[in-house]
Amino acid sequence: MSNSTAPGIDERPRAVRRRELAAELLTFLPRESVLTEPEELRPFECDGLTVYRRLPMLAVLPDRVEDVQRIVRAAAAQGVPVVARGAGTGLSGGALPLEDGLLLSLAKFSRILELDPDRRLARVEPGVRNLAISEAADPHGLYYAPDPSSQIACSIGGNVAENSGGLHCLKYGLTVHNVLEVKVVDIEGRLLTLGGESLDAPGYDLLALITGSEGMLGVIVEVTVRLLPKPETARVVLAAFDDLGRAGDAVAKVMASGVIPAGLEMMDSPAIRAAEDFAHCGYPTDAAAILLCELDGTEAETAAQLEEIRVVLEGAGATRLKVARDEAERARFWLGRKSAFPAVGRISPDYYCIDGTIPRKRLAEVLKRMRQLSAEYGLDVANVFHAGDGNLHPLILFDANQPGEIERTEEFGGRILEICVEVGGTVTGEHGVGVEKLDQMCVQFPAHELEQFHAIKRAWDPRGLLNPGKAVPTLNRCAEFGAMHVHRGNLPFPEIERF
Amino acid sequence: MGDRTEALRNRVRGAFETGTPLSIEGGGSKRFFGRRPAGEPLAIGDHRGIVNHEPSELVLTVRAGTPVGETQAALAEHNQWLPFDPPRHDPASTIGGVVACALSGPTRPWTGAVRDFVLGTRIVNGRGDVLSFGGEVMKNVAGYDVSRLMAGALGTLGVLLEVSFKLLPRPARDRTRVFEMSAGDAILRLSGWARSPHPILGAFHDGDRLHLRLGGSEPAVAEAAERLGGEAGDGAVWETLRDHRLPFFADDGPPLWRLSVPAHVPPFDVPGSTVIDWGGAQRWVRSDAPESVLRSTAAAAGGHAVCFRGGDRERPFHPLDEGIAGLHARLKAAFDPGRILNPGRLYDGL
Ligand SMILES: Cc1cc2nc3c(=O)[nH]c(=O)nc-3n(C[C@H](O)[C@H](O)[C@H](O)COP(=O)(O)OP(=O)(O)OC[C@H]3O[C@@H](n4cnc5c(N)ncnc54)[C@H](O)[C@@H]3O)c2cc1C
Repeated sequence: MSNSTAPGIDERPRAVRRRELAAELLTFLPRESVLTEPEELRPFECDGLTVYRRLPMLAVLPDRVEDVQRIVRAAAAQGVPVVARGAGTGLSGGALPLEDGLLLSLAKFSRILELDPDRRLARVEPGVRNLAISEAADPHGLYYAPDPSSQIACSIGGNVAENSGGLHCLKYGLTVHNVLEVKVVDIEGRLLTLGGESLDAPGYDLLALITGSEGMLGVIVEVTVRLLPKPETARVVLAAFDDLGRAGDAVAKVMASGVIPAGLEMMDSPAIRAAEDFAHCGYPTDAAAILLCELDGTEAETAAQLEEIRVVLEGAGATRLKVARDEAERARFWLGRKSAFPAVGRISPDYYCIDGTIPRKRLAEVLKRMRQLSAEYGLDVANVFHAGDGNLHPLILFDANQPGEIERTEEFGGRILEICVEVGGTVTGEHGVGVEKLDQMCVQFPAHELEQFHAIKRAWDPRGLLNPGKAVPTLNRCAEFGAMHVHRGNLPFPEIERF
Repeated sequence: MGDRTEALRNRVRGAFETGTPLSIEGGGSKRFFGRRPAGEPLAIGDHRGIVNHEPSELVLTVRAGTPVGETQAALAEHNQWLPFDPPRHDPASTIGGVVACALSGPTRPWTGAVRDFVLGTRIVNGRGDVLSFGGEVMKNVAGYDVSRLMAGALGTLGVLLEVSFKLLPRPARDRTRVFEMSAGDAILRLSGWARSPHPILGAFHDGDRLHLRLGGSEPAVAEAAERLGGEAGDGAVWETLRDHRLPFFADDGPPLWRLSVPAHVPPFDVPGSTVIDWGGAQRWVRSDAPESVLRSTAAAAGGHAVCFRGGDRERPFHPLDEGIAGLHARLKAAFDPGRILNPGRLYDGL
């Protein structure tokens, strides 16, 4: 990871810098909130992308906004970079520490500050778990719509930082569509309010800009989310297919039908079998692919939509349709999908999750090319993903203990992402760039766009102290990557000097 | 007509080199909006046409100079729409203008705003670089969300060339119900209804009556009409409201203010007349009251006030907090270092 050097290099030994910053922090934080010993720092060495690990110089766990402001000021004064961390479930290495950096854990900010059913909003601290919001809203018949599969663990601050999606984003939107206001601490230690309780705020849409900014622009210290009334009913239909491509085409047909499902997920045969073994959810293990299509609304509305979708799925060549009979069966169908990652974890020593998004009509084609690559690299793939949004999650199965497999896996993953860009998609739909997809950003964006991203970063953080080296590659890195990797005969970044 | 990207890029590049301010104009229908335009006109109106509409993908990419009416008509042929239902204050209103001004119609609280449907943009920044952000896919977190940042920036960060939107099918059924009740009662009633998932697509109070728009699937709308009651109303009222053709919005009369506030707050006690839209979240006020009264009323309720039409053009938009204002200035410099794109249109100095 050549990209992670801290700016304003301080020549003194790390131990000295660590001692100095810790001493300053201990003037206002209790001892147990400032961690400096390797064994204390170990839990922060990686996020959900465990192939990258690194210990931070020190970690801090404040629980008051004023303390976050003072911590950021103290770190900035000493030129120490700051990496914010929520629950550490991120899948792109966004919260990966820097050896010379301060790891700022927001885990202790776990209070729901306000939940008002009449205004249909919840104001929460950033460390509050995604699911905890819906649980608190439930007695009022309300919920927070974005529901990442990691929702029992991931934090709302992390959700905002990644603009996370979930199983029901197809109808109810991503994090950016469901957040009203965010309070951030900038690198100067100022507390800024972005957005508000009204439906828009004066000036630039900074709320949209901070959403998905991967901890690069500010530290999120409070989030106000919109709550929605729970639909009266939800029904799910499971459609089995004997061909992966046909299932892919069925997705496009469902989306063109005029009915917007609440969720439309797809799993291929390896994922189906792993999930069935793990969760006993009633999936047909002989199918090449299944679609889970959820419809919600009033009783009559859902019944009508179910009928329409049934016709579409049958027309698209589904070999079997199974409508969940009751809530228990519906929960079981979803349990299989939600536990697909851990289930795949049981059939392979390691797996690597890819996050490209493509136009839905290209699904069948991309899945086919992925299978060819799988044969080429000799690595199996299990697919389980947000099909309605065209958001792929191929899981590449590998064994990190086999020499060379990590590298082969990463290269295979990179090739998949390049196909996504080629068909008009993106290298990341919801997991973020982090440290993982820096090279693929060079494939997706020309130099001028990357320059514009860097200029935005400088507008917030001129010295590059917030999560430096993540999310946006330097032009030099792209030039190096381009030299290794000539794309369709064109040398990208011809204007950058080679070295 | 057609693709004028090269010409527009060259104009901006030239202006950057000579430090010439440009005043970006789509249909010219929003000259009244914001601070006074200054600079050489940069006409976008010829840069028009639908670049890509794929009904089955529910996406549309359109050049910024394309009229809103033409766009919606093309979508209607496929029974689709831009669900934020952009206003056409004038037949000349363009897609670029609607995005730059972040204008959403009466459906906004239930469907989402302009920015919620923006998937991607192509812009010329203040250096004359043509840049693309986002794209035509539903989910995309590669890089900062520059596309959504363009919505409401009033052209001060970039000249919009193309915008890609997420589309939705038009609601199968659309019905309007009317209730005789005071504004205060309407707000209470709407708050109560919002606790359940009714298929509401519009709610406005004209001073005497609450108009409620129900839109969605046939059975859902029929059930809701039954449950919520009211008398049958005229569906044409939504367009009239959206495009500011109600007598309330007539050109003569006191300045027109827009107060964007949390939906639940009771009616304001400000001099003048009020039309409540967005289920309470957008209050149109015609008032000669001093700016400070309208601003403090909105701010006290947790919102902000815009002098939308008429009145003082020095400060139409709500003043920004100091930290936020600094960020605006730095972002402006990041996109438009020569300060040539619509300078001063949004705030003095931007
Ligand atoms: C099994 C599994 C399933 C998943 N399913 C989904 C899914 O369906 N959809 C989806 O979108 N994601 C999914 N994810 C990814 C992950 O859960 C999300 O990205 C989540 O939002 C990360 O939240 P976190 O609190 O764990 O953040 P972290 O991993 O701690 O941090 C993520 C990024 O956000 C930054 N950050 C965190 N908190 C703050 C803050 N307060 N202020 C500023 N920056 C901050 C970090 O610096 C880092 O860059 C899944 C992950 C796993 C392990």
